[in-house]
Amino acid sequence: MATEKSNEMQGLTGNSAVALAMKQINPDVCPAYPITPSTAIIETFSSYVADGEVDTELITVESEHSAMSASIGAAAAGARVMTATSSQGLALMWEMLYIASGLRLPIVLTNVNRALAAPINIHCDHSDSMGARDSGWVQLYSETVQESYDNVFMAVRIAEKVRLPVMVCLDGFITSHAIENMATISDANVQDFVGEYTPETSLLKDMENPISIGAMTLPDYYMTFKKQQSEAMAEAKDVVEEVSAEFAQKFGREYGLLDSYELEDADVAIVIFNSATGTTKVAVDELRKEGFKVGVLRIRLFRPLPHAEIAAALKGLKAVACLDRADSFNDFGGPLFNEVRSSIYDLEDRPKVISRIYGLGGRDYKVEDAKSVFEELLKVVETGTVEEMTKYITI
Amino acid sequence: MTDKNNEELPEGGVIHEGGNADSYETGGWRKLRPVLDNEKCTNCLICWVMCPDSAIIVEDGKMVGFDMEHCKGCGICDTECPPKIKAIKMVSEEEAD
Ligand code: SF4
Ligand code: SF4
Repeated sequence: MATEKSNEMQGLTGNSAVALAMKQINPDVCPAYPITPSTAIIETFSSYVADGEVDTELITVESEHSAMSASIGAAAAGARVMTATSSQGLALMWEMLYIASGLRLPIVLTNVNRALAAPINIHCDHSDSMGARDSGWVQLYSETVQESYDNVFMAVRIAEKVRLPVMVCLDGFITSHAIENMATISDANVQDFVGEYTPETSLLKDMENPISIGAMTLPDYYMTFKKQQSEAMAEAKDVVEEVSAEFAQKFGREYGLLDSYELEDADVAIVIFNSATGTTKVAVDELRKEGFKVGVLRIRLFRPLPHAEIAAALKGLKAVACLDRADSFNDFGGPLFNEVRSSIYDLEDRPKVISRIYGLGGRDYKVEDAKSVFEELLKVVETGTVEEMTKYITI
Repeated sequence: MTDKNNEELPEGGVIHEGGNADSYETGGWRKLRPVLDNEKCTNCLICWVMCPDSAIIVEDGKMVGFDMEHCKGCGICDTECPPKIKAIKMVSEEEAD
């Protein structure tokens, strides 16, 4: 097909962009239970269903546990399945998330990141998807509305190739509700990119030869299935790269496993997820003007963890701060901190790494906050010592 | 323990055949064994409906006994057999042998 580089520009919120992507994909089944701040995804998508713009079977269920259960049933039957949720909704799906991945069902879920109660809060942080990081789902994090939209298409391809479920994460309110001028892809090109879904096995594929899905396995078999799953997750890294490269070639927008900004000659850097990356880039630009060698590393793919790529990106730096919008409550920094720190352990001359927890429950993270982290890092380089390895900031 | 390698096992634990619960014998779990009193049984087949393991053997519309390879001794048949009939008694495996 022809390369479609100059796509139509539209002002869309993150939620409406994801709903539009779902409409263009036209999945077979969408079981959903709306929850703030992802509500508008399902609200908008349900109007597409009501208006007959998609053929999707929209199943309105009584809880997120049921939404994921119905997704599993539909995917096992051979359907292309998509849903969306946030926060408590993802937490309620938790039991079923593991079943979706263990059964190797390529479900695509958009998670609009929101804090977990208590205290109850509807605003952005990453504690919801961080809690699901070991559930066997591929996790893609999106900085902008544009990337959230693009990631949904790539998620379908990745999921169906490695036969693992994929979670696309974007920041609640900051990305889900902010209008951004972004490029859309034509329906025909979306259909061409995602293609038709023809699973090798499914419950409805061959009615003459029924199959069983979800049987019990005991110690003699269980571990082998987990090893297969682990290998599929490892393979997913290459598939994310391949699919992202094909997407870039077709639509002109490039996405890596990581997004490096001014890292080449940097002494210090912030490692971060999602929308706060942009804020940090502004701080980098301002500090660069003053002559400080600072940079940013954004993690786009967190599951599987591109550990070798993280190590390569941070090689040669002197100090790094991992900014987590979630706490592991382990008295040892956030999840990003622990995984990045572990990824660089084998570097000969590794940078010092500190953990800064920011922006919980939607607390603002401003350019000044990023700047003060860079100042701390520069001080670590100057003195050669880390005074506080873990700390809450923006408080 | 069976050592099955990756190639042999279908992804996601899918079993490529139906009705395979039949080949999984649950009779070994049994502590209590159902014993039928043919004299009392009216062949109402309530036990056949209620047995969770399809372990009630029926021939020509008549209850003829239990499939001991699959009966796990739960006693549901005994409980469900109508109170006025009580044609099934649960006895311990040692006693039965
Ligand atoms: S004891 Fe339970 S398993 Fe055995 S025949 Fe009766 S109902 Fe079925
Ligand atoms: S429930 Fe009792 S009476 Fe009825 S068929 Fe079974 S054993 Fe006979």
